[in-house]
This record gives sequence, structure tokens and C-alpha cells, in this order.
Amino acid sequence: MADTPTSRRERTFERLLLACASVSVATTLAIVLVLVIETLRFFAEVPLLRFVTDVEWRPRFAEPSFGIWPLVLGTCLTTVVALAVAAPLGLLSAVYLVEYASNRVRRILRPTLDLLAAVPTIVYGYFALAVINPFLQGIIPGLATYNPLSPGIAIGIMITPLVSSLGSDAIDAVPENLREAAYALGASRLATIVNVVLPGAATAIGGAVLLGVSRAMGETMIVAVAGGQQPRLSLDLRIPIETMTAFIVRAAEGDTPAGTLAYRTLFAVGTTLFLMTFTTNLIARRLMRRSRLA
Amino acid sequence: MLFAIGLAATLIPLVLLLILGVHVVWTGWERLDLAFVTSFPSRFPASAGILPGLLGSLWIVSVTAIVALPIGIGTAIYLEEYGRFTASPNGIRFHLARVIDININNLASVPSIIYGLLGLEIFARTLGFGRSLLAGGLTMALLVLPMVIISTREAFRAVPRSVRDAGLALGCSRWQVTRYIVLPMIWPAVLAGSIFAVSRAFGEAAPLIVLGAVSYVDFLPGDLSAPFTALPIQIFYWLSRPQAGFEIDAAAGIVVLLMTLLGLNGFAIYLRYRYRTAA
Repeated sequence: MADTPTSRRERTFERLLLACASVSVATTLAIVLVLVIETLRFFAEVPLLRFVTDVEWRPRFAEPSFGIWPLVLGTCLTTVVALAVAAPLGLLSAVYLVEYASNRVRRILRPTLDLLAAVPTIVYGYFALAVINPFLQGIIPGLATYNPLSPGIAIGIMITPLVSSLGSDAIDAVPENLREAAYALGASRLATIVNVVLPGAATAIGGAVLLGVSRAMGETMIVAVAGGQQPRLSLDLRIPIETMTAFIVRAAEGDTPAGTLAYRTLFAVGTTLFLMTFTTNLIARRLMRRSRLA
Repeated sequence: MLFAIGLAATLIPLVLLLILGVHVVWTGWERLDLAFVTSFPSRFPASAGILPGLLGSLWIVSVTAIVALPIGIGTAIYLEEYGRFTASPNGIRFHLARVIDININNLASVPSIIYGLLGLEIFARTLGFGRSLLAGGLTMALLVLPMVIISTREAFRAVPRSVRDAGLALGCSRWQVTRYIVLPMIWPAVLAGSIFAVSRAFGEAAPLIVLGAVSYVDFLPGDLSAPFTALPIQIFYWLSRPQAGFEIDAAAGIVVLLMTLLGLNGFAIYLRYRYRTAA
């Protein structure tokens, strides 16, 4: 390349832009590095075996116990509830938006649904605590003020637009001639959707739902407000639990000095959460890529 | 039949959103006045206000925007203008753009609280910024960065290749094409995408709590090294208090939060709409 002022400026700009682009790569490396280093320090004090075999999470007791399962179970409970809400709502609305809604209706409904995803999660926390839970307490006897059910439902509503939007893309990607072939055989619209469209889109729909699962597992403020602070190994949806995210919030609230076990505990829990969401994401993207959507 | 169920499934979340909106306005109504916005938090729910939280949030969002927008838009330009158009499939640029591309999608799905841990270790401890506005803003900048990139690069994709080729054929350099042809065509969309992404920093609380935002602030932040609180954090602490009066405060705070976000996003939607009709 000729060494003219223009070409020199050109190279400077490209380097600058490349530097911008490397920030995101550096961020990823930093996240992994920070989690790994602090987690290794944690496991230097607490054996990994106790982390995965103890059944109680009592990090602040005089005789502490670091069994991660109660926190993992808390996260799983809220996630399963969220999924029970978001999967049917999201998929049915995706079917409606693609197969039934007119262009005009779709153009109004899709951005309106996206509004739901723009609402801050603390607002959904309020929704779970002040609206959903009092309502459910009137129906379900013995429902405590804090429980995995109400925040789970709130998370479900929050991720419905995501499942609906990715689900629409999946259904949209089913070739039109498959539908026409079904119609030509005399199938009704309903029969076509149930027997042709949905099976054809199943893999990508699975990916869409799993992305929702990953989002639900990492959700923090909703469960911190409405889930409770009592890590326990119980499948009862009516009593307080604690999720991994809610633990990190509660434990970080008080000043935890760097270098203490309490500080490292935050990162050990964070790493567990990160591994769970990352794996879920990986599978989700693989499913969607297999159907050429991502 | 499926039509009706599908329509219902689409409308249920929207109806719930409406109920939520009515509920917060109804509950918070008695506290929604100028004094609420201009007062400090208090032990007494009836005289508590959101001033430090609101200002803290504005500071955080400003730092976030100043840091994340140049880097994010720069990345979008690199990926779209340099990675996509100049690269031969075996060239170094192509592979770099691909790695960065995959990386951004992964980053966007990292839970926000993990960014809090990152900020705590890197900004607050290692770099010694402490529990300051600067540490909070930088953490938020990293959090919204993938979203800035994803939402602004959409705008670059809308420009047809022929436009770039025309510029190059006239002897423009790659940067000149970007600066004088592509950017002037799409700046409203880039701005809209930026606002969508950065406004997320206004409502996000989890990373800031992990970073050590304080719950009770009875002063106004003077510079970037000051400890801070933010509006969503203020709401969180009110929701954690047992007294019923604080739930009213929380509802009123949520109204202010949602109105601000609605204003920001409304402006972005207006920009996007204007851009679409102009193109």
C-alpha cells in the first residue's frame, strides 16, 4: 500500500475501530478470569467435594456449610415456574402472530410485546410482591409472603416476548410449500399447524425456549424482592427459598472486604450460575443454528 | 379455536402490564408530587424522596453513554463496514470479525449480576475506584456494550452494498465511505439504537448493588468518585422494608422510573419512525 496521508489515516482509523471491537473480547476474558481466579481461591478454603455434596447452605454460621444445592434448587424452582408460564404463552402467541394475525395487527402487537421486555426487572419484582402474591394468597392456602411461585410467574411474563419473538422466527422459517402441500391434501388450518408447521419448527422452538430458560436463571431483582432469603432443599412452592442470584445480592449488600471467604463465596456462586446459563445458551444456539436461524 | 387461544396468549401479558401500570399509579398517587422528586430518603415513608437516587441514575447513565457509545458504535462499524465488506473469506479481518461476532452474542446472554462481580473485582478493587459513580458507570457500560453493538449494527445492515460500491468507485477510502456516505444516511437509526441500549442502564439494579451502591444517601454526588445510589436501588430498598408506607413510596418511584424510560424510548421510536419514512 502506498504511504500517502490518506492511507496512513485509513490505517489509523481501522486500528482505532479494531481497538473498540477488542473491548468486548477483553470483557469476556476478564469475566472468565475473574470468576476462575476467585473461585479457585474459594476452593482452596472450601473443598470442592463439600461444595457439591453438603446439603445445607449456611456460609455465615459459626460452623459454616457450603452445599450449593439449596441455591441451585431455588434457581431451578423459579425457572421451572417461569417456563410453565412463558413456554405456552410465548408459543401460542407466536403461532397466532405468524399464522393468524394480519400484517397490520402484527405490526402493532409485536412492538407492544417488546415493551414488556423493556420494563426494568425491579418493576416486575414489585409486581410479584404487591400484585401477584396477594392475589395467589387468596387462592392457595399457606402461601407465604416470599416464595418461588410469584417471582417465577413474573419472570415468565417478562421472558414471554423473547420466546414469542424467537418462536415467531422459527415458525416463519418453515417453508411455505410445506403448508401448501398440507392444504392440498385437504388438511384444515389447525391440522396443518399441529401436524406440519410445529413439528417442522420444533428444533428451533426448543432453542427459543432454552434461551428463555437461560434468561430466567440469571434473573436477579425479581427473586431478590419476592423469593425470600431461606436456602432450602424443598420442592414446596409456597415457602421462601433463595436463588443463587438473590444470595449474591444479599451477601454483597453488606460491605464484604476483598480477600475474605465471604467475598470469594460470591464468586463461587457466580461461577456456578455462569456455568449453568452458559451451557443452556450453548445448547439453545446449537438448536437454533441447526435450523439455520441463529 | 387456536386463533382465539393464540390471541388470548398474546393479550394476557399485555393486560397484565396494563394492570401493573394502573396498580403503581393508583398506589403511588398520594406521593407523586414535586416534593417526592426533590427530597432525600427518610426513615418516615411519608416524607421520603428520590432525589439522590434519580441524580445517581442520571450520572450513571451519562458515564455509561460516554463510554459505551463510542466503543459500541466503533465496533459496529468495524464489524459491518470492515469485517463484512472488505474481507476475503480467508483474511485475518474476516476471522477477527467472526470471533468478535460470536463473542458479542455470548456476552449479551451473561446475567447482569455477573457484570456486577466483574465490576466489583476490576473497577472497585483492582483499579481502586471503590464504590463510586465511576465504577458503577463503567460496569454498566460493559453491560450495555453488547446491546449497543447489536442494536446499532442493524442500522448499518440496512444500507445496500451498491451505495458503498458507488463511493469506492469514485475513489473514496473505506473510512470516507463510512464517514461521508453511510453514517449520514443512518444516524437517526444509530441514535435510536443507542438510546434503546443505554436506557437499560437506567432501570438495572443488580450489578450496582453487587458493586456496593449504598442504600441510604443523604447528600448529592459532587463528582465521579462519590458513593451513590440509583433509582431502582432506592425502590429495591423500599420494597425490602416491612412498613406499608414504603410500598407506596416504591410504587411512586416506579412511576417516575417508568415515565423516564417511556420518554427515552418514545424519543427513540420517533427517531426510528422518522428515519423509516425518510428512507
